[in-house]
Amino acid sequence: MCAKRVTTKPGDVQTTGHSWDGIEEYDNPMPRWWVWVFYATIVWGIGYSIAHPAWPMLTKATPGLLGSSTRADVAAEIKRFDDANATIKQALVDADLTTVSADPNLMTFAQNAGAAVFRTNCTTCHGSGANGVAGKGYPSLLDDDWLWGGDIENIHLTITHGIRNTTDDDARYSEMPKFGVDEILEKPQIDEVVEYVLKLSGQEHDATLASAGETVFVENCAACHMEDGSGDITQGAPKLTDAIWLYGGSREKIVETVTYARFGVMPNWNAILTEDEIRAVALYVHSRGGGQ
Amino acid sequence: MAILDKHKVIETHATLLMVLSLIVVSIGGLVQIVPLFYLENTIEKVEGVRPYTPLELIGRDIYIREGCYVCHSQMIRPMRDEVERYGHYSLAAESMYDHPFQWGSKRTGPDLARVGGRYSDEWHQDHFTYAKAVVPESVMPPYSFLFNKEIDGRYVQDVMKTHRFVGVPYSDEMMENALADFTAQADPDSDYDGLEERYGEEAFGRAINVRNFDGQPQLTEADALIAYIQVLGTMVDFSTFTPDASR
Repeated sequence: MCAKRVTTKPGDVQTTGHSWDGIEEYDNPMPRWWVWVFYATIVWGIGYSIAHPAWPMLTKATPGLLGSSTRADVAAEIKRFDDANATIKQALVDADLTTVSADPNLMTFAQNAGAAVFRTNCTTCHGSGANGVAGKGYPSLLDDDWLWGGDIENIHLTITHGIRNTTDDDARYSEMPKFGVDEILEKPQIDEVVEYVLKLSGQEHDATLASAGETVFVENCAACHMEDGSGDITQGAPKLTDAIWLYGGSREKIVETVTYARFGVMPNWNAILTEDEIRAVALYVHSRGGGQ
Repeated sequence: MAILDKHKVIETHATLLMVLSLIVVSIGGLVQIVPLFYLENTIEKVEGVRPYTPLELIGRDIYIREGCYVCHSQMIRPMRDEVERYGHYSLAAESMYDHPFQWGSKRTGPDLARVGGRYSDEWHQDHFTYAKAVVPESVMPPYSFLFNKEIDGRYVQDVMKTHRFVGVPYSDEMMENALADFTAQADPDSDYDGLEERYGEEAFGRAINVRNFDGQPQLTEADALIAYIQVLGTMVDFSTFTPDASR
């Protein structure tokens, strides 16, 4: 649909001289504004290639007058934030961990910084809600059941040096014997002691086997897990009397644990995080609900 | 102008037009691409980068076969948020032995350029078997079948030959011992001195990982893939690295 009749008469504007079956093409000039914008972009392009790295020479490209460098930019950006937080980070490093909660300003910073560190580094194993992965050996950090102690200093130590890793000599270490594989206990003895452990944790069990298992337990397990099964946080020996199980509390799972033992590893975060980050995340974990 | 009057000749000869267009386009392409091959700051040498061991190389093939690059990138850009989350930004030299590179262009999952050593082998076993078991909000599909597919490395030498053809400096000694190195890396009880000598601390500055990566007695695809994952981004020692400011 043609909205308007073409009113230009032949001869008003020059044609290009081409003719296709009598159809000719007007040779109108480019709009002035378009031409000027076009020239401006050429000038801008030349200026840009002088100001920024552009032309390849023999060994490197021209560096540009403005000295732009993505590497320097990111280093400066990181330094800007480091400088801005330097005072409060130093205050956190100098503070006594047990009294940080009394300083609302420092505690607010530690909570936010700790949450960020936790989301980046800890959630992969301990879950985004810090509730761990039941039965997989990744403990929940929300309950009051702590393998290596749940007060702020113990949490700080665990995060700093880790558990049973080979990269930090100060890592927390203990090793449960492989009672089945290394033939420390006979298969029937394992069955007995497992029944006793089921009894300790208040689960359904065979009373006869369990009473036989008590002797096995006292002789082999009590040194770490204590005679009443209450565990020992200085050796990372879990409490066996509650319903919280790191690797599952069913009969089959406990048999597996006693036979093959467990050897949960946690990295030493002093290799990756700075002291203020470790302190922040320790305070964050401590405040999640289970902190002692 | 005389030369512009001749333009009709080009416009009316399709073949001539195509040939001349090709020449013009080639000049544009060459000017952009050729300098990247000789400019020193684009081929910056970095200490520590080594060719993949045979097991890691096969793991890399599995990574490509399973399309891991569709959801995971291997390229930490020089931006504060990425550096804070993933670690030091990636260097070109870190993928110099990647044919093809696995930089990727989309992150449904996290960047993997520095995932090596970040998590334990056990975590990777759980995660590859069923990712949701350890990360409930993950959308990564399960790859439990990798743990059942045994591999014997019968083609590993051919794969290395191909990589050598495109410029990865595998030595004759590395080629000869390909199969032995392949099986030794996943078996800490084996004699892996030769493997360590060829790819390890003395040759490239970093000890190589020799472990039973999948936690099973047999050598499976999971062994290879975890071996590859655990070496990603760990070759360069950034405590001794000084960035060239001209980039």
